[in-house]
Amino acid sequence: MIRLSSAEGGAAEVAADEAIPTDELREGLLESLRAELGAAVVGSHIRPGDDLWVRVTADAWRTAGEVVRSILGCTYFDFLSAIDWLPSPFGRDMDSQEDLIISGAEPREPPAMTTGYAGGDTRLQVFARVANLDQHYGVTLKVDVADDDPSLLTWVPVYAGANWHEREAWEMYGITFVGHPHLVHMYLPGDFEGNPMRKDFPLLARRVKPWPGIVDVEPMPGGTDDEGEGEGE
Amino acid sequence: MTAVTDRDQLAALAARANDARANIEFEDDGMTLNIGPQHPATHGTLRIVAKIDGEQVVSAEPIAGYMHRGYEKLTEVRTYPQVTTLINRIDWLGSFANEVPFILAAEKLMGIEAPPRAQHIRTILFELSRLANISLFLGDLAIQLGGLTLGFYSFRDREFVLNQIEAVTGGRFHPNFDRIGGLKDDLPKGWIAETKVAMQKMRAFCDEADDLLFGNEIFQKRTRGIGVIPAEVAKSYGLSGPNARGSGIDWDLRRDNCPPGLAYDKVDWKVWTHPDGDAFARSWIRLQETREASKIVDQLLDTIPSGPIMAKVPRIIKVPEGEAWVATENPLGEMGYYIVSKGDLVPFRVKIRSASFNNVSIVPWVCRGVYIPDVITILASLYFILGDIDR
Repeated sequence: MIRLSSAEGGAAEVAADEAIPTDELREGLLESLRAELGAAVVGSHIRPGDDLWVRVTADAWRTAGEVVRSILGCTYFDFLSAIDWLPSPFGRDMDSQEDLIISGAEPREPPAMTTGYAGGDTRLQVFARVANLDQHYGVTLKVDVADDDPSLLTWVPVYAGANWHEREAWEMYGITFVGHPHLVHMYLPGDFEGNPMRKDFPLLARRVKPWPGIVDVEPMPGGTDDEGEGEGE
Repeated sequence: MTAVTDRDQLAALAARANDARANIEFEDDGMTLNIGPQHPATHGTLRIVAKIDGEQVVSAEPIAGYMHRGYEKLTEVRTYPQVTTLINRIDWLGSFANEVPFILAAEKLMGIEAPPRAQHIRTILFELSRLANISLFLGDLAIQLGGLTLGFYSFRDREFVLNQIEAVTGGRFHPNFDRIGGLKDDLPKGWIAETKVAMQKMRAFCDEADDLLFGNEIFQKRTRGIGVIPAEVAKSYGLSGPNARGSGIDWDLRRDNCPPGLAYDKVDWKVWTHPDGDAFARSWIRLQETREASKIVDQLLDTIPSGPIMAKVPRIIKVPEGEAWVATENPLGEMGYYIVSKGDLVPFRVKIRSASFNNVSIVPWVCRGVYIPDVITILASLYFILGDIDR
């Protein structure tokens, strides 16, 4: 990790923080979650003093919501959304493999799929964040959803605010929330086909007109070339 | 001036509102009333489809999406510095405040911290955008309820703040001024003294709003006991900011979960809460917050440290692999960015958690059983920006 700071004192403080990699509060939260959910907790990640990630199985998604609400006191619903971990088959400039073949270039090998904190086994993952406003901590819950049948039990009976967030995740990622009272389009027109936030859905504006800003890296004001780090990519 | 101040009377009003909500029965052949998408009462293209029975609303369903711009998808093809240009346009009344949580999240992943001077000026600009945002709310609320005077006053006095933002950033609406590791530029000469004068003018505006609006009997009668949201409901819908504090939730991200990179620990101010949870409480909280914001700016102006405004940052910004969530207390409520980085020039996924999306999602709940004119009051008191819902 690059650690750069204008002040030397700042760097020393960072080093001191790293010497204490434990976080009793979040370790305790994780323990109580494990006690309640048992084997349903399949992954976790703690950034000490900052945040907690917990991954649960799809069967236990609703139960996990009820547990964090009642046992951990996270009554505040922050957001719910999804991630598509598939590496984009289009580059940043949104050129598809077909275009490369037509222009005579070698088709690129897509990079291997990797997942983030707390791991993951499937391409699509739903994540939600809830918080305890009295003790000021939050928990990010993650859950894998099956690739062939992306569906989960809805969280609306647990957190009423999940209603709109699940509608958004449904239309953007195609994840069905079983038991949702009103699963209709949030933003898109009613007859829209496809799930725009999935990585294999091309950004059509870029396909039509290439983005001019792609090579545009201006030098820092007052800076000279030798100040730059990470160049030569 | 006879204000509705008696607690018992207020409780009775709230109970009556709740009774009306509980006693309503669905009538399938009820009339459907379309409010919006182009309607002055909705300030923006939010459409409310209300099913009404007589004068009472049986169900009100907001239809969003008339301004959806797909920022979450667009961030996946823009470099980190380019993303700030997009997210400026989420809440366009307090643009600078949109940039801050994103920059802080990127700084968190990179392990960079802005120098103290930059943190200070960042916080000042953050509070100035709060003033620019909430002062318009006070005028807008008055206009919705038929008091045009304060509307004009708020547009007039808001200029003082916008001028100060423009003097630093060059932009009145879209500053695009925050950078990973600091700020684009330093303050111009004479700016501190000018801003102090502007803050005095804002406080005078608050006093004027207090007199004209909050002391007005008609205003009180139209807002007291209207749109009552209990604290537990507010939490489960994820209401944040003044809407949550108006329901008695004592929670402010500036005080409670302030991310590193902002200078709120160096100032002293009060987080106001109101126990009633009605439209009046939410509006009153915003009036107090305008005052407090001007005080925060005053304190910060006195203590700006000297030093650089930019940390040493690589010229080509690559954010190391990881995930980060940073939320700040924006004018409209909690705004946060969940960034997933794959160590590339562009973010892999950015989840934008905007305040208005959650704040407006409570409309079907809170509008059930109210009278039609009160829908306008409730929408105005929840205070949303369309760009903040649709992103």
